[in-house]
Order: sequence, then structure tokens, then C-alpha cells
Amino acid sequence: MTSAISVSGLVKTFGQTRALDGLDLSVDTGEVHGFLGPNGSGKSTTIRVLLGLLRADAGDVSLLGGHPWRDAVALHRRLAYVPGDVNLWPNLTGGEAIDLFGSLRGGLDKRRRTELIERFQLDPSKKARTYSKGNRQKVAVVAAFASDVELYILDEPTSGLDPLMEAVFQECVREVKHQGRTVLLSSHIFSEVEALCDRVSIIRQGKTVEAGTLAQLRHLTRTSISVETAHPITGLQEQTGVHDAQVDQTRAKFDVDSHELDHLLRYLTRFEVRTLTSAPPSLEELFMRHYGDELRENGLKAEATAR
Amino acid sequence: MSSFTGTGRLVRLAIRRDRIQLPLWILGTALFVPIVVASVRDRFPTDADRIEILRSAVASPALLVLRMAPTGASEGAMIMFSLLTYAAVLAGFMSTLAVVRHTRQNEETGRSEMVGATVVGRHAGLTAALIVVAGANIVLGGLVALALIGYDQPVAGSVGAGAGIAGAGLVFAGIAAIAAQIAQTSRAANGIAAAVVGVAYVLRGLGDALGQVQPDGYTVVSAWPTWLSPIGWVTEMRQYEGDRWWVLLLPLVTVVASVAVAFALTARRDVGMGMIQPRPGPAQATPALLSPLGLAWRLQRGTLFGWGVAMVVYGVAVGSLSQTVEDALGDNQGSVDTINKLAGGSNVDLMDAFFAAMMAIYGAMAAAYVVQALMRPRAEESSGAAEAVLATGTGRLTWLASHVAVAVGGAVLLLVLAGASTGLVAGLTGSDVGGNLVDLTGAALVQLPATLTLAGFAIAAFGLLPRLSVGLAWAAFTVSLIVGQLGELLGLPQAVRDISPFTHVPAVPAASATALPLIALTAVALALGAAGLALFRRRDIAL
Repeated sequence: MTSAISVSGLVKTFGQTRALDGLDLSVDTGEVHGFLGPNGSGKSTTIRVLLGLLRADAGDVSLLGGHPWRDAVALHRRLAYVPGDVNLWPNLTGGEAIDLFGSLRGGLDKRRRTELIERFQLDPSKKARTYSKGNRQKVAVVAAFASDVELYILDEPTSGLDPLMEAVFQECVREVKHQGRTVLLSSHIFSEVEALCDRVSIIRQGKTVEAGTLAQLRHLTRTSISVETAHPITGLQEQTGVHDAQVDQTRAKFDVDSHELDHLLRYLTRFEVRTLTSAPPSLEELFMRHYGDELRENGLKAEATAR
Repeated sequence: MSSFTGTGRLVRLAIRRDRIQLPLWILGTALFVPIVVASVRDRFPTDADRIEILRSAVASPALLVLRMAPTGASEGAMIMFSLLTYAAVLAGFMSTLAVVRHTRQNEETGRSEMVGATVVGRHAGLTAALIVVAGANIVLGGLVALALIGYDQPVAGSVGAGAGIAGAGLVFAGIAAIAAQIAQTSRAANGIAAAVVGVAYVLRGLGDALGQVQPDGYTVVSAWPTWLSPIGWVTEMRQYEGDRWWVLLLPLVTVVASVAVAFALTARRDVGMGMIQPRPGPAQATPALLSPLGLAWRLQRGTLFGWGVAMVVYGVAVGSLSQTVEDALGDNQGSVDTINKLAGGSNVDLMDAFFAAMMAIYGAMAAAYVVQALMRPRAEESSGAAEAVLATGTGRLTWLASHVAVAVGGAVLLLVLAGASTGLVAGLTGSDVGGNLVDLTGAALVQLPATLTLAGFAIAAFGLLPRLSVGLAWAAFTVSLIVGQLGELLGLPQAVRDISPFTHVPAVPAASATALPLIALTAVALALGAAGLALFRRRDIAL
């Protein structure tokens, strides 16, 4: 499998701020890749480097086999970009903006344009200054998906879209994926990433902290278990990998490290399991776990200032 | 809870935002006083000197258009002659820009929506803007008055000068407040307000040029158009020469009326909307839009049309004035040298000296347009729109060069329009339409290299220091204008005046067009522009 995007050791500084600090990212051709991280972690900066809008200070970046800075124009003909905050020209209509982006990208499928405008329920004859945020976002999304390109770079593309439009958007991503195209999807909507992405990269403070398939990442975290047995449960706390256990005779609730799950289930069977529910970790929990210490830190700070 | 709740907090916010900008405007304008006083004392120390120069000045309508109708030969009156109208214009622009910045710009960016959702009344935003601008004008007027008193000028006239300048600033603030209600974008509101300042200047100029020369031979009583102009009201106060305080009633009444209109409009319209309802547009783009150049043209054409209309109006006014100038001059060739010195020419024909002075104004106007047009790429960049375009198959050079092409082409067009309309009307009211048309269009185009030099500077600033480029480009324009067009008047040394590209423009048609300075200016412009393009290609996109 060839690589659509390959980034290693990417560094970008703005004055004193080190926005990207050795970031790695690898997106295979034909996959939908989720790009996650808290606000200000460097997602948009990475995307701007990939688009040749910012110049990397250090590190290797390759995009569709080319160099994003040197080959910017040639590469841009092969990709479509949806920014997180779409700024349109207030005196151009949405339809004009779609045509303009399509033509600057080197062509636009007229039939697909009509179809997408209908699916996204966009009024293309309105001036951009009268559009809401969601409608501006739709203009960029329609312009991107109406272009015949190999790679879609989507920076929080669904911010401001309603749930119906979110569903249409997910359909569109699946369609282009089906056609073998590549998508880099930066998003805060976990359900969207879980529904669409083959692999995800989680970044924090300009560094990649986790990358892999959702299954691989889940393996690194904990599963919540709630169990009822015939005999009182004993010694649960002493088992390796068990956390936050609450035992009440024959009932127990606890979290277990995913790689200890098998071992733990064997242990439970000796108490004769009556019912058992297990909740695999959601991407959200995974994310929260990675940023948990940051949250706690912030929480402590907030408490300290409150006092 | 009233519709004014929260005004105090918004005033503090506005002062915080403007803590550098407004003091610069105020000090920059007040700085005219010491410069002008030094120049007047140096060059025209006695009543006799002043009477001599004013006798020549009243024979030159071009000077009267640029300055004002002389009111007397006292040192104070001479200072007013050199200072008053420019200071009034600066106070006007300071005020209109500040009012729009704190009203329509906040609405356009959505800031006033956030502010409006807090405990803030409907009228608080506009009230705060007007309070801050009123404060700025009072400080400016006070500084001017104190500076003049400091230079031993009579107190009454000095206070009159400060009050008049502040009054003009406030009138334009009131007009900007109305413009901010009508227009939906801050660009449009600034455009309307700036056009009003321009019209006020031209009206006063016409009234002064068409005024009646008094029997003493060196003072002029302005004709009625001056009384229609807020800038005319300042000069009609006749500081140091009678001090007509009642004239101050005109700006006062106008301010109260325009502010009342602005408040009434605020109460009637929705936040974020203008008075003109948006209409639907085409659902598909025309092929003409679908290129970087097509987009640049689409984004810039409104500005160019506005300037085009202004240039033609001004050209027609100057052209129709030329016959009056010729009649007024008659065979008064005695004052030729002095006029030529003031108008910047070196030849003998007074008509040509008049046209040369007008061409310099066209050059300055075209330069102002080109700087404004070249700020568009920066606005596109900081709004994020450039990012979306540069993420397509559009290269950076193509993108920037498209905007430069529209700006430079626009400057050429404006100069042609101004020169041609002047020549056509001058020919129609006088004689030789064809000759005037060709000569004056050519004379206007002589200004192009200087205009392009400022364009080159703006591009270089954009390439090197994008975040500072707007301020740098306008500073370069202002310095060039003051040093180049007023340098001789202010008695600046030649080395300083040479900084300005306008200094090097031959005073065609008063002087013959020499190729060397024009080629040199063009070369500098091309070098700066090329450097700007190269720098932009290599730098990060800066939001």
C-alpha cells in the first residue's frame, strides 16, 4: 500500500511558540484517516504545512509523492481542501464560489455539483454574506466533493452542520472512499471518526501520541465491565489490570486494561457468571484518557483560582 | 436599563483598542503647527513679505483650491493659510475611520453580536464610538490651540483654529455614523465617508477659487460653494482676522442633526444588516470570474469604479475651472515666478503651472487608489480567503500578480480618465479640444511612474512584513505626499524631499517631460515589486 501523506519529525515554530514539535503522520492511499487532538494542538498548522501555506522548519513531509512547498501548485490540482472556518467573499453567491473553487482546482463535475447542492439543500443564488456558518461550510464541502481529486483534506468540515447534513457528509466520504480516494479528516466529533475512519492519529502539543486502527488503540485502553455472579466475588482488586472496582457481594463494576481482559474473564468464571455487560472503550474515552492528565491539571488550576 | 447601558465599558474598550492609533493621528496632525510656524517665520517674516506672496496666491486658483482663500496678512492668518484645510481633512479622516472601526466593523465581524448579547443597550456601541471620537477631536483641537498660543499667536484666533478643526472632525464623525448605518460593510462605510470628505474639500476649493478678490489685492471672500463645505466652515471662521465665532454654529447644528439621524437609523434596523436589502445573485459563475485575474477584478472593481467617478468629477471641475483661471490671470505676469515656485513648475505659462499642480493631485489620487487596491491581497490573506484559493491549483505568483495587474491597470485608467476629462472640458470651455485632450492625458500619465513606485513599495511590504504592510504602505504614501507635494512649502531640504517619488516627477505641462527620472522611478517600482513577489513566494501565509 502506498502512502498518500507521510510526515516525520515535523517542526514548525512561530517566534517563541513551538506549534509542531516532531509530529509524525502517515496516511495510506485509499484510507480515511482521522486526525484528532485538542484545540491548539497543531492540527490546522499541520494541514497548512501539507498545503504549502506554511514552510516546515524541520522534518520530512511528502504529499502524493511530492513536496508540499516546492510542488504546491501541481499537488493542489490533485487535492481538495475544506477549512474549518470557511471565509467566502461576501459579495459572491455560493454558486459562484463553488464554480470558482472548482475551476481554480482545475475542473468541476457539473452533474455532481447539481446533485450535491440538492443533497446538501444549499441555495446557490444567495450572497455569501447572508449565509450562516453551516451554509458557508456546505459551500466548501460541495466545492470539494464536486472536484475530481485523489486526496481530500478536511479540517473540521462538519462544524456547524446539522445532524441531517452530517449524515449526508458521511455518505459523501464513504462514496469517495469507495472510489479509492484518500481522506484526511480532522474532527472533534468522535462518532463521525468512529463511523468513517480506518485509522486515526491523535496529536497533542505538536506531537503524535497515538496512531493506529481503532482496534489497535482500543487495545491500549480499558473496557468497562459490569457483572453479576452466583457466588460472592472475592479478590477482584488484587487482579492485575483491574481499576476502580466496586464490589457488592455478587455484583461488581470495574474497568480492566483491555489486554488483561481474557485473563480476567477466566478469573470471573469461578464465581459462576450470571450476567455480564462489557462496554468497549469509545474513541471519546480513549481521547479523554490521553488528555485526562491535562484536564486534571486544568481542573486543579481552576480550583486553585476559585479558592 | 436603557438603550445606553454599557456605554462606559464600551468607551474603555474602544480607547484600549485605539491606544496607539488615535494618539498617532492626533500628534501627527498637531505636528503640522510647529512645522508650518517655522516655515512661515523663516520665509515670510514681515507683513510686506506676506502681502507680496498672498497677492500672487490670490491670482492662482490652483493654490486657492489646494489651500484656502487668504483672510489677511498677519502671521496667524498666514499660518492658517498653510495649515487649516489640511488639518481639517486629517481630523476628518481620523474621525470617519474611528467611527466606522467602532461601529460597522464590529457588526461586520460579528463582535457586536457577542457584545450585544451582554448587558449592553442598543445605542451603546454608536454612543461609545462618538464619545471616543469627540474626545480625540477635542484633544486634537486643544493641542493645536495650545501650540499656536505657545508660538505667541493671539488666544482668540488660536482657540478658534482648534475649535474649527475639532468641529470639522466631529461633522465628519456624524456623517460616518450615518454611513455606518446605511452600508453593510466597513469598506463601503469608509468609502462613503471618505467621499464626503473629498467632496467637502472640492466644494471649498471651488468656492475659494471662484471667490471675490478684495480691493486690498491679497484677501479673498469665498463664493457660496465654500459655505456648503464643513471644511469651508473652518476657514470661514477667519481666525486672527475677525474671529467669526458664530460660524461654529454650522458644524454644531450639523453634528447634532447627523447624530440624531444615525441614532434613529440604529433604532430601526437589525444588528449586522444595512439599510439596503441583499438580493439573490447568479447561481452559477460566469466564465469571466473563473480565473485568479477574474476573481481579483471582481473583488476590486467596486473600488475602481468609485475612484473612477471621483477622478472624472474632479477632472471636469478642474477643466471647467481652467477658463476662469485664464480670465483671472489676464496679463498678470508679474507674479509668475512666485506662483511657479509655489506650484512647483519652472516655466512661464501660468495655465501650464495650474495644470501641473492639478496633475500632481491626480498623481496623488492614483497613488492612493493603488495603495488601497494593493491592500486587498492582505485583507484576503488575513480573512482566510487567500488560504482557500492558494490551496487550489493557483500558484502564489499568479494570485498576487493578478491583484497587482488590476491595481496597476486601474491606476493607468484613473490617470487617463482624469487627464482626458480635464482636457476635454478645458478644450470645450476654451479652445482646441483635441490638443488639450492629448496634452493633458499625456501630462496625467507622466504621474504613473511615481504612482507605481508606491505600488512597488506596498507589494514589497506585503511580501516582507505582511502584518505591518497596511500601515507601512499608507505611511509611505503619506510621507511621500507631505514631503513631495508640500516639501517646498514647508521649506524642507532637498535631500529630504528627494525621498518622495513625487519630487522626481517633472511638472508637465509647465516643464517638459524628461525621461531619466521617469525611467529611474519605473526601475525602482519594478525592483520593489519583483522583490515583493519573490518574498511572498517564500514566506508563510500569515493570518
